[in-house]
Amino acid sequence: MDILFQQFFNLDIMSKALPLILEGLKTTLLICLVVIPLGILGGILVAVGSMAKSAVARRALALAVDLMRALPPLVLLILIYSGLPFLGLRLSPLAAVSIAFFLNNAAYYGEVIRAGIESVPNGQWEAARSTGLRADQTFVWVVLPQALRNVLPDLISNTVEVVKLTSLASVVSLQEMLYSADMARSLTFNNSPVVLAAIIYFVMLWPVVRIVSRLENASAK
Amino acid sequence: MQSAASFLPSRAPGAAAEIQSVEPLLRIRDVSKKFGSLEVLKSINVDVSPGELVFLIGPSGSGKSTLLRCCNRLEEATSGSIRFDGSEVLDPKLDVNALRRRIGMVFQSFNLYPHMTALSNVTLALRKVLGKSGPESKTIAMAALERVGLAHKASAYPAELSGGQQQRVAIARGLALEPKMMLFDEPTSALDPELVGSVLATMRSMREAGMTMLVVSHEMRFAREAADRVVFMEGGVVVEQGPPAQIFGPDAQPRTRAFVSNEDR
Repeated sequence: MDILFQQFFNLDIMSKALPLILEGLKTTLLICLVVIPLGILGGILVAVGSMAKSAVARRALALAVDLMRALPPLVLLILIYSGLPFLGLRLSPLAAVSIAFFLNNAAYYGEVIRAGIESVPNGQWEAARSTGLRADQTFVWVVLPQALRNVLPDLISNTVEVVKLTSLASVVSLQEMLYSADMARSLTFNNSPVVLAAIIYFVMLWPVVRIVSRLENASAK
Repeated sequence: MQSAASFLPSRAPGAAAEIQSVEPLLRIRDVSKKFGSLEVLKSINVDVSPGELVFLIGPSGSGKSTLLRCCNRLEEATSGSIRFDGSEVLDPKLDVNALRRRIGMVFQSFNLYPHMTALSNVTLALRKVLGKSGPESKTIAMAALERVGLAHKASAYPAELSGGQQQRVAIARGLALEPKMMLFDEPTSALDPELVGSVLATMRSMREAGMTMLVVSHEMRFAREAADRVVFMEGGVVVEQGPPAQIFGPDAQPRTRAFVSNEDR
């Protein structure tokens, strides 16, 4: 029992690893700040694209979305980071992460947002269009706000997944939080830094998860 | 059942409008509409003169809502002509959004934007379509809400309003753009009976203010007392049109009489 405590909950080691882990947390937050808005934007684009008039365009988009959802994000990230240089495009780790997450997240957010758009009654389009608003204005001011609100629990759930996935950035040597924790682990031969990182993730995400189940309960009523 | 063709669009009541010698604001000619092989409108002719309140009545499936929706291109007519205020509505090159600025529409299910206050529901098109500034659009919107008696509910959300109040906000949303004409698609059908009166009162005051209105409705009593003209449609054709005294009188066509007496029960 004492060994377990020493290995996983060693406060001494945790406090020594803390600065390193907080440094990693900054990077994790930076990645989130770039990747989440990009993903939501991409999701909106995918959702709009899936309403395209051209059947060919819709098919092509659906295929791309399927591909992105079937491909493990780790593979996508490695392909982009170590594959693109062969095409003469050398990317910074953050740029590679941004592109990989954009492609992956756009597919997932896209499905969520599309469901949201479909949940807005046609009468909302008709009412707005009948006052002379153009289709794009109707989408931005009338349909999208309602669509996002209708799928808010799913949007937040998806975002929680994205935050957790940012640890993948370590494979392209971005020193995000889990990478830092793992580094501290291998330096100290002790698992406590990883536990500390886990606790920080939990403290960050638990309130968000609570909000999601609140919202889900509220909308189930 | 007699064939639809035996009931030619009645020109006689139109004569009353011709005496006024005013150019009709809305002039529907030979308008047909097909959904696939189903012909829901067959060569419709209806005029609406400036300031007139015209009722479209008829059983469900008679095509009256479709006809109404063709007037602002929410629905595309298959053939014919709809002239409104000097422009051809069915012209494919027509700027639909410019047309819709001049024709307001009120829907059965209100269709207020639920994420916006009553005031924002009214100001949206003022700002985005007419390009008015925030303060200016607010002044105009408040005046429109005042006209429907709901200025005190400006900051309420649709969910906080009764059905009748929601419908009046929807009317204000249309009025604020100062359209030349308003279309009403069963404006009271979704309302509890005790709330119908407030909406009809609003429509009555609009009529007194000279608004031109084309109304699809089952409110026979209102049609009888307030309409200038009533158009009875059945099976995609205009069976008969004329002043309420004719349509609701003993000399109406047998099919009109049958429908009206059934609705009046």
